[in-house]
Amino acid sequence: MTNAIEVEHLVVARGKRRVLHDFTCSVPSGSVTGLLGPSGSGKTTFMRAVVGVQQIVSGTVTVLGHPAGSKPLRDKVGYLTQAPSVYADLTVKENARYFASLYGLGAAEADAAVSDVGLSQAKDQLVGTLSGGQRARASLACAIVSKPQLLVLDEPTVGQDPVLRNELWQRFHALARAGSTLLVSSHVMDEAGRCDRLLLVREGLLIADESPAAVRERAGTDDLEEAFLRLVQAQESVQESDKEKVA
Amino acid sequence: MSARLTFATAGRILRQLRHDRRTIALILVVPTVLLTLLRYLYDNNPLLFDRIGLIMLGVFPLVIMFLLTSVAMLRERTTGTLERLLTTPIGKVDILLGYGIAFAVAAAVQATIASALAYLLLGLDTLGPAWLVGVIAVGNSVLGMALGLLVSAFANSEFQAVQFMPAVVLPQVLLCGLLQPRDQMAGWLQAISDVLPMSYAVQALTELGANTEPTGVMWRDLGVIVGCVIVALLLGAATLRRRTP
Ligand SMILES: Nc1ncnc2c1ncn2[C@@H]1O[C@H](COP(=O)(O)OP(=O)(O)OP(=O)(O)O)[C@@H](O)[C@H]1O
Ligand SMILES: [Mg+2]
Repeated sequence: MTNAIEVEHLVVARGKRRVLHDFTCSVPSGSVTGLLGPSGSGKTTFMRAVVGVQQIVSGTVTVLGHPAGSKPLRDKVGYLTQAPSVYADLTVKENARYFASLYGLGAAEADAAVSDVGLSQAKDQLVGTLSGGQRARASLACAIVSKPQLLVLDEPTVGQDPVLRNELWQRFHALARAGSTLLVSSHVMDEAGRCDRLLLVREGLLIADESPAAVRERAGTDDLEEAFLRLVQAQESVQESDKEKVA
Repeated sequence: MSARLTFATAGRILRQLRHDRRTIALILVVPTVLLTLLRYLYDNNPLLFDRIGLIMLGVFPLVIMFLLTSVAMLRERTTGTLERLLTTPIGKVDILLGYGIAFAVAAAVQATIASALAYLLLGLDTLGPAWLVGVIAVGNSVLGMALGLLVSAFANSEFQAVQFMPAVVLPQVLLCGLLQPRDQMAGWLQAISDVLPMSYAVQALTELGANTEPTGVMWRDLGVIVGCVIVALLLGAATLRRRTP
């Protein structure tokens, strides 16, 4: 199996702080890979590096065989920003149609994407008048409209009810079966179990890059939330003992 | 560069404007009200209105378009839509030209209505042809738009963007020869005035007011305005960074 994303020794600084430290990982093609970690751990920063809008200090990010953000990738990668980035003074349909047109697609594809995220009823409503969860879905529609080979989704299910969340996850897996690769961030651990692979991040360090089953096994618990806590603690004690050795 | 993406973007921006009725009303009504005000301010001196009203036909659209585009572009940056656009196949120049075309359409409608009002109802009198006055007025609003796009790169908030109006546009209004003929200013001020684009816009309009046929100076001035628009758009494209910190 080939990798859709290959990251080697990625270092990113934001402001004066190092946010990602020597990050090395890969995302297999056709997978739904979860990027999980506490708030401020560097998930958004990592995704920005993958879509090529983040200035990096060193390291390489290769996406579908090309350097991240390079020209051949622009119609192959879809990006959902964490804060909904759609035009508040356009309707849902007009937003989707504009983003569709950037990929040379027409109204039919745009309207399909709007109904895929469950917004058919609100398609003629101005985005500025939508509820928070609806606005997030309007933004999602604009990211999936081109059915890109790689979809980078930053917290796509935040603010959605359980029924919708379930539907969205089914849609993500359907996209993966159709050949797309998905990188999805979340800090809800019960979503981690829905992923084929997990990248667990803590304070800019990668603490796990494996399947949910492997994470459970390594941590010795079936509960992913508990498993994550144990992995974090294990890593902390490693760091402590390293410090003691140095001292 | 892609014509298809440029026009898709221009269409999107015009659609945004269409949903904002109040902004449309302001674009169309404000210059006409201000011109009417000027006409009655100089009620006893129609010759002065011919001079000042004509110049204002160029100044008002420039100021309004400057404000509109600097805020519109800033919003594109702060709401994350620009970052998202830069991950799609659209190029930076397509985005800026899309803005250019959309606001040029708005500017053309605005300048046409303002000129029609000035000539037909307010009795503005120029020796040169009215249609050329309209052309220069549109050129001015396009210039305002290009400058607005450029300065929006240096603003982090709408508060700052609005402040650029007095900082960038007002000095040009003061030095363009409206308040005092340029050759009567202190030498160093005249030198500054020589490098400000609005000076050429005002000179072009003044030439049209005083000559029955378009003069060489007027064509040169129009060329300077077009050149400034192109330079401002290119500089604006250079300020659009795909990768940010
Ligand atoms: N523009 C910025 N300038 C300086 N520091 C920043 C900037 N953006 C983010 N950071 C810092 O970088 C770190 C990682 O931020 P990032 O947004 O990647 O976290 P995250 O994992 O996505 O968090 P969340 O789950 O809350 O979205 C944080 O400590 C944050 O404060
Ligand atoms: Mg984030």
